[in-house]
Amino acid sequence: MSAASGPPVERPVPERRAPGGARFGPPGMAGGAPAEKSLDFGASSRRLLRELAPERALVAGTVALGATSVTLSVLGPRMLGHATDLIFSGYLGKRIPAGVSKAQMLARLRSEGKGTLADMLAAVHLVPGRGIDFGAVGRVLLAVLLLYAASSAASLLQGRLTAVVVQRSVFRLRRKVEAKLARLPLRYFDGQPTGEILSRVTNDIDNVAQSLQQTMSQVVISLLTIAGVLAMMLVISPVLAVIALVTVPASVFVATRIGKRAQPNFVTQWATTGRLNGHIEEMYTGHSLVRAFGRRAEAEATFAGHNDELFRASFRAQFVSGIIQPAMTFIGNVNYVLVAVIGGLRVASGQLSLGDVQAFIQYSRQFSQPIAQVASMANLLQSGVASAERVFALLDAAEQEPDPERPSSPAVVEGRVDFEHVSFDYSADTRLIEDLSLSVEPGETVAIVGPTGAGKTTLVNLLMRFYDVRSGRILLDGVDVATMRREDLRSRTGMVLQDTWLFSGSIADNIAYGRPGATRDQVVAAALATHVDHFVRTLPDGYDTTIDEEGSSVSAGERQLITIARAFLAEPAILILDEATSSVDTRTEVLIQRAMRTLRAGRTSFVIAHRLSTIRDADVILVMEEGRIVERGRHVELLEAGGAYARLYSAQFAEALSEIE
Amino acid sequence: MLVRLLRTHLRPYRWSIAFVVLLQLVQSLATLYLPTLNADIIDNGIVAGNAGYIVHSGGLMLAVTLVQIACSIGAVFFGARTAMALGRDIRGAVFHRVHDFSAREVGHFGTPSLITRTTNDVQQVQMVALMSFTLMVSAPIMGVGAVLMALNQDVPLSSLLLIIVPVLGAIVALIVSRMRPRYRTMQRRIDRINQVLREQITGVRVIRAFVRDGSERERFEVANTELYDVALAVGRLMAYMFPSVMLVVNVASIATLWFGGHLIASGSMQVGALTAFLSYLVQVLMSVMMATFMFVMVPRAEASAERIEEVLDTVPSVVPPAAPVVPAVREGRLEMRAVDFHYPGAEAPVLRGVDLVAGPGETTAVIGSTGSGKTTLLNLVPRLFDATAGVVLVDGVDVREIDTARLATLVAIVPQRPYLFSGTVASNLRYGRPDATDDELWLALGTAQARDFVEQMPGGLDAPIAQGGTNVSGGQRQRLAIARAIVHRPAIYLFDDSFSALDYGTDAALRAALARDIAGATIVVVAQRVSTIRHADRIVVLDRGAVVGTGTHDELMVGNETYREIVLSQLTEDEAA
Repeated sequence: MSAASGPPVERPVPERRAPGGARFGPPGMAGGAPAEKSLDFGASSRRLLRELAPERALVAGTVALGATSVTLSVLGPRMLGHATDLIFSGYLGKRIPAGVSKAQMLARLRSEGKGTLADMLAAVHLVPGRGIDFGAVGRVLLAVLLLYAASSAASLLQGRLTAVVVQRSVFRLRRKVEAKLARLPLRYFDGQPTGEILSRVTNDIDNVAQSLQQTMSQVVISLLTIAGVLAMMLVISPVLAVIALVTVPASVFVATRIGKRAQPNFVTQWATTGRLNGHIEEMYTGHSLVRAFGRRAEAEATFAGHNDELFRASFRAQFVSGIIQPAMTFIGNVNYVLVAVIGGLRVASGQLSLGDVQAFIQYSRQFSQPIAQVASMANLLQSGVASAERVFALLDAAEQEPDPERPSSPAVVEGRVDFEHVSFDYSADTRLIEDLSLSVEPGETVAIVGPTGAGKTTLVNLLMRFYDVRSGRILLDGVDVATMRREDLRSRTGMVLQDTWLFSGSIADNIAYGRPGATRDQVVAAALATHVDHFVRTLPDGYDTTIDEEGSSVSAGERQLITIARAFLAEPAILILDEATSSVDTRTEVLIQRAMRTLRAGRTSFVIAHRLSTIRDADVILVMEEGRIVERGRHVELLEAGGAYARLYSAQFAEALSEIE
Repeated sequence: MLVRLLRTHLRPYRWSIAFVVLLQLVQSLATLYLPTLNADIIDNGIVAGNAGYIVHSGGLMLAVTLVQIACSIGAVFFGARTAMALGRDIRGAVFHRVHDFSAREVGHFGTPSLITRTTNDVQQVQMVALMSFTLMVSAPIMGVGAVLMALNQDVPLSSLLLIIVPVLGAIVALIVSRMRPRYRTMQRRIDRINQVLREQITGVRVIRAFVRDGSERERFEVANTELYDVALAVGRLMAYMFPSVMLVVNVASIATLWFGGHLIASGSMQVGALTAFLSYLVQVLMSVMMATFMFVMVPRAEASAERIEEVLDTVPSVVPPAAPVVPAVREGRLEMRAVDFHYPGAEAPVLRGVDLVAGPGETTAVIGSTGSGKTTLLNLVPRLFDATAGVVLVDGVDVREIDTARLATLVAIVPQRPYLFSGTVASNLRYGRPDATDDELWLALGTAQARDFVEQMPGGLDAPIAQGGTNVSGGQRQRLAIARAIVHRPAIYLFDDSFSALDYGTDAALRAALARDIAGATIVVVAQRVSTIRHADRIVVLDRGAVVGTGTHDELMVGNETYREIVLSQLTEDEAA
């Protein structure tokens, strides 16, 4: 795989940092250079929620299951409170001799001056003389057991459903991003560090998944628990419930105040992660250069800068958001203390039973916990939403012009190509191609020569519609290529680029890349025609040899050969060869030239070659200089004309002659 | 693996950690003290009907709560700082180690995987450390504390804990052990996503030219589905954690009431003690739940730690010298003696017994067919690889003994596929020598025949360069890479087929300029075109890794079959036709 991509073109970099570090470029470049705009938490989290929309049935299921689970488990302490009351009353009842009525006992206590105790006992249902009714206690406890079991089962199902919802949504998100990459104009890739885009798909989406997974399953439970517990508290004691109620707005207030301060730090954390990833990707890709030039110290220093920045941002984010939990616990504890004190006073005054207070205390413990949890989830969500926003920014980046709704397509593909007054520039200040017109008959070979930077590659970029013309038009068999579907246009052309991009896969797969569904025989035939077969057979695994990035098994020249075989197999109507044979050794090149000549027969071919001898038989030779065609004609004609071509040729011919000597 | 990684990298922070533990301890004790005070309210306040006592204990509870929040915040501060610093340190260590690697080790892991390991994997470990400091430290303290306090309430009832705790442990262990292998798979599949996507970005032109968006979509879909499958499996396993822990603890509280009731009936326990015991049980539940939260993250962090350690533990095949030597002279004399090179596990060696001498002021050319080992030969000089046998000497010293920084200043390589870094023209040219002046840059550009187009670029030397140099043409990239080498001013220049993307005119002008401007240096050129090398002082003909001839063009034309074959093949087709 090549580190750099595609036919390079003579153009300034769009949308990158300007030299001084200032950023420039149209505002449409969302997700361009890491611009840290502040987090729009509301909008982005709503959008994240919309990403879950296709799973709304399952989401409803998780909410229902969560509700069931919470309802059941919320009833638990209340019933356990009953059991405590049964025990307590039995305990007290046994200490009162049988036969004495409760009223008599209370009267005796009051006469003894123990009024408070009497008040308390008045609230307890007790039968004097009778001990703990273990039958009743057992029945209550059995009911609680069933309750808890059912609650856990519902919670388990809910968790499993949540996993499905989250993973499906994240799966779709990754797919969306990948599909988006296919619609982005080349401009986007040319101005964006690869590692930065990668970080959005791996680190950021991963973070979204983790936040969703951890919050989705809990947020429903927590919110319902809060509601359920509040309801139970109201049933037991409205007065105590008011205390608990106050803690809710207090918690929300504190959590949002702290959360607001954490948000920008999360944005910075993930933006810095992206930048760091970009630097890592670039340094790992240029690994051998960093070593060879002894620039390791600088690479590490830059890394350390990003790394420190990431440390500071994530520390701030984690610390500020980490305070939420203790703050919530504190509020919960204050609530607990108040309940204990006021509840205690009320029991003492006989307005409440001990079991009720015990239940209430248990509830208030249960109450502060989900509040703290919601708070810490809000936090996780902030981190998740900050990441989601980076993904959305990529999804929102300006796309290439969509294909026309009613695309036209040449009826017969002969391979006639016309450039009509084509002008093009990559940015406003440099005109690269100016008013260029050119007609190529089907089957002709057009050779483009000229000094580096004359706009040869740009011509190819326009023909393939990697970039669109600024003015004028390009016709394929009489049809404006801008009105064709890009796929349609490109499927009629085959190209061999300077850069030998291969993907990680076998050699056979890489050759077959030229034609979907190609058989092994076709692959081997193409390999034979382009002299790939010969060296592939010397490899231990033959066609199944895996191509890896560092390319230890296959040399640069061999990679080039494979890309030629790939184009060969595609059998296109139009062929584009961009300096294609430059890294192949001369013996092999001769064979390739022969194969290419066969391949070119009957096909319109554009050859960007530097060796004039290889294009002598071209039907038209275009000599380009600074975006204009300065000469055109056949080899012999151009030599006779004695212009730019003749000068280029004689320079090379002298060179060649000196070799023959 | 995780433990080892944490132990190594947390050592500098042991005092911070000790402080975190102390704060968590105080915080946990404070939290634990609350139910005791509450039991006190019930037993001494409510039952005795003493309102004053109730209020007094309430005040005490409030004070304890204040201590608790102060300690918690302190623990979060130091915990977050330590955990994030840990992440920073591990990232730094991985990045550092990768730069120790030779191309061989980088190839072994693959760049996409190394990227994931440096960011995503470290993130997992860092988060688990954070969770440990904020939850894990307090969870066992709370757990043990709750158990102790419960024991303090009543011994017979506390035997329940002897059953609950192991049961909980067994459940968590079972789930975690099943998650671990799945997480390992998950990280591998994230690598794969990274790989496919990275290829799609770098190969965007080829993909579009061949209209293979569809098959790329499928390739990604496969990788995406694989990641989905394993992530879902993990998510489903994780779903067991919370409900099963809840169930066990809830059953325990039911049992407490049942047995507690009997104990009260028999008069061996107080009612207040039962209530308090229940509270402690809830506390145990909490700490176990926190631990559960942790255990959800631990297996993934373990898988990540393994992958990080794998990088850190890989011994680079090219190691800096133990006793670095600085050659006495700086002439640039290059010599290879009986050099062999083969990739580990490969059958055939890439280089066999190569002898080569290149002196200052000389141009030595290496020619040979594709795959004859020319590039490998050059890569041995700046030690991108080390020879498996034989020695490579620069100014009479084995390159493996030369000080690494010194070697970098002695040698400059212009690779076959020139790579430029994102930045500006100037920042790329200064790559080898950051203190070069603008004049020096322009001089180098002039020699490299790059002056004209750089002058035309908007901003000139400050014109932006995209990552990889994708915004300039192949020929321009090669010339910038050559200029970069010239700015470096090494004693030895290694040109690896560096003129291939240039047209003949530029090629010739460049060679003339090089001959003039870097005349005193040692030049080694690998090339395909005979015209590029025919004037070399010495031509080394390489065939399948072995030197089959050395001499000048004229000598070789007479005496060397392989060379003549190469030359004639170019001439017959090109010029003799």
